[in-house]
Amino acid sequence: MKTERISARPAVSKLAMALLVGGALVAGSASSALAQAQNRIELQWWHAMTGALNERVNEIADGFNKGQDKYKVVAVNKGSYPETLTAAMAAYRAGKGPHIVQVFEVGTGTMMASRAAIKPVYELMAQNGFKFDPGSYISAVTGYYSTSDGKMLSYPFNSSTPVMYYNKDAFEKAGLDPNKPPRTWQEFEPVLRKLKASGSTCPFQSNWQTWIQLENFSTLHNVPFASKSNGFDGFDTELMFNSPLHVRHISNLAGWMKEGLMVYGGRKNEPNAKFVSGECAIHMESSAGYATFARGAKFKWGIAMLPYYSDVQGAPQNSIIGGASLWVLAKHKAEEYKGVAQFFDYLSSTENQVWWHKVTGYLPITSMAYETTKAQGFYAANPGTDTSVQQMAIKPPTANSKGLRLGNFVQIRDVMDEEMEAVWSGKKSPKEALDTAVERGNRLLRQFERDAKRS
Amino acid sequence: MEKRVVFQNRFLPYLLVAPQIAITLVFFFWPASQAVVQSVLREDAFGTTSYFVGLENFQLLFEDEYYANSFKVTALFSTLVAVLGLSISLLLAVTADRLIRGTMVYKTLLIWPYAVAPAVAGALWGFVFLPGPGVFAWLLGQMGVNWNFHLNGNQAMFVIVVAATWKQISYNFLFFLAGLQAIPKSLIEAAAIDGAGPFRRFWTIVFPLLSPTLFFLIVVNVVYAFFETFGVVHSLTRGGPAKSTEILVYKVWYDGFEAQDLGGSAAQSVILMAIVIGLTVVQFRYIERKVHY
Repeated sequence: MKTERISARPAVSKLAMALLVGGALVAGSASSALAQAQNRIELQWWHAMTGALNERVNEIADGFNKGQDKYKVVAVNKGSYPETLTAAMAAYRAGKGPHIVQVFEVGTGTMMASRAAIKPVYELMAQNGFKFDPGSYISAVTGYYSTSDGKMLSYPFNSSTPVMYYNKDAFEKAGLDPNKPPRTWQEFEPVLRKLKASGSTCPFQSNWQTWIQLENFSTLHNVPFASKSNGFDGFDTELMFNSPLHVRHISNLAGWMKEGLMVYGGRKNEPNAKFVSGECAIHMESSAGYATFARGAKFKWGIAMLPYYSDVQGAPQNSIIGGASLWVLAKHKAEEYKGVAQFFDYLSSTENQVWWHKVTGYLPITSMAYETTKAQGFYAANPGTDTSVQQMAIKPPTANSKGLRLGNFVQIRDVMDEEMEAVWSGKKSPKEALDTAVERGNRLLRQFERDAKRS
Repeated sequence: MEKRVVFQNRFLPYLLVAPQIAITLVFFFWPASQAVVQSVLREDAFGTTSYFVGLENFQLLFEDEYYANSFKVTALFSTLVAVLGLSISLLLAVTADRLIRGTMVYKTLLIWPYAVAPAVAGALWGFVFLPGPGVFAWLLGQMGVNWNFHLNGNQAMFVIVVAATWKQISYNFLFFLAGLQAIPKSLIEAAAIDGAGPFRRFWTIVFPLLSPTLFFLIVVNVVYAFFETFGVVHSLTRGGPAKSTEILVYKVWYDGFEAQDLGGSAAQSVILMAIVIGLTVVQFRYIERKVHY
């Protein structure tokens, strides 16, 4: 007993020594890194990108930091989109707001209403002497984040648009032409029946039902989602997604679900797993889902444009984007803003845009980036990757298809999800549910309007 | 002979309670007053503009049928959690009290769930009930039940009640067991000699003597169901489907943090505060009087 205790002591002290030395080493290296960074101006970039995308974001920051020695962009992940936004708001209130914050597209209305807290991007670029030609951008992307007269308020960072992915093997098994996915919703149903007859337990599913089956559905058919150009022309907008066309579509989906032609798997991107595993044959998801499927799917698959009702005049119109943009917060020093402007300029370079578009599946924001990607033969080598761009640029956007600009949109999306789920579970008829969603959503819009008028 | 210790110094007692009061002021009264202030304001999300609106936030709440719904959901949820949690743990405690061998093992195992964080408990039960591959979901599927708690409100309520109750059983069990062991054996033995069977002995002797413990646990369980089940709800149902599991605290969080409606969220906090004050008064004024100590 005694000897054991004695022999244990040196071991403990050795461990303590090792810890001390190790701690000193860590502290030493940290302080030298600090010294190096001290003459640089630090720019905080809060974002919500996780997993592989988080790594890409760090690569962007690294690339910028290595290219110059005046500024240092520090990319910090703050959790989900709402969490990142909340964190930025709380930090701003405490006087410690980040320079750049990534805000999802539904937060756009909220950001715009907080006029005093933001620094519009067009102003930032102009004040810091960067040539900023709105004409070189793809307007279907930048329009979402611009004022009605084309002034860009936030920097479109990761934009995607929904497309249709389909399992070519499953199509073959069902006796369908794997190179001829259904182009219209009318063609859709027979395809689903054939898939089911061939033994598929999940012929069709959709991610992000509100974004794809109601919002993009509206713009694709050139029907208003909300009045006042979907909210672009004023806060006194009212929702309009309970038209007969919308009811017709939701009724179709509900009928398919009842028959087992469609499966509901959740509000967000939970259904992805069932496409990757090969269980679901047709899957609607953002164009940014490309990377996930390219890595995970062990079968032949294709990408196609979203279907439309061919008897609707003007369809197909363009689809709209989702994703997020970078907002610059107010109350920072002029020299820091100079760094932010330089960083945005770096992001907009064709080289970076092309890289970002290719590795993530997000849309390029400049026409030059699209042309370059095309010239490099990327689309030819990876068929379907340009579907998203084509679908967005199919026709020049109309007042109904420029984008959506609604206040309290986070809650409105939740309301839409809730009411749609009430349809899927058979609790409400499609008409009843959409009417209720519009009515509840309008109340949220009125509340937002009251608040906006006060400020 | 009674010996009373009296502080001679007039200020010493104040000094001694000062830290406690300071903590209460900083961590309880100050945030509570902030909530009250916020509840009569409307602000943009960044707090750059702020307007006094009187009781508008409260008025909006009472016009919102989902707020009334949230009350109903909370009432149902906390009743189920308290009743189920208390009866199951009482049963477990009574049986544990009669055990002769292996008591330690049994007791230790029963205490484990208490160490699990609510969010983790939620995730665990989420796996069990996951529509499709979940064990329980699979069993129900075999029995022909159409199980999908992401779409069916009653099923969602069932799932959060199970998860929340499971977590609280250990705590209740410990207190019940301690209460049972404090009951003098002589009373029970005397009743047994008089010919009272186990059930009769339980209802006429054990249960009344256990009532202080029961009262304490009712208070604790209701408070638990009201305020500490956020993690369970958040990780399992996120208040859905269609707000069928949106308990009051979840709505406070959602409106404040997801919807950035700070005024509305603060108004709900103020109402919650009033409820808690009311509940406490009722419990200690009226129910406690009927309890034997």
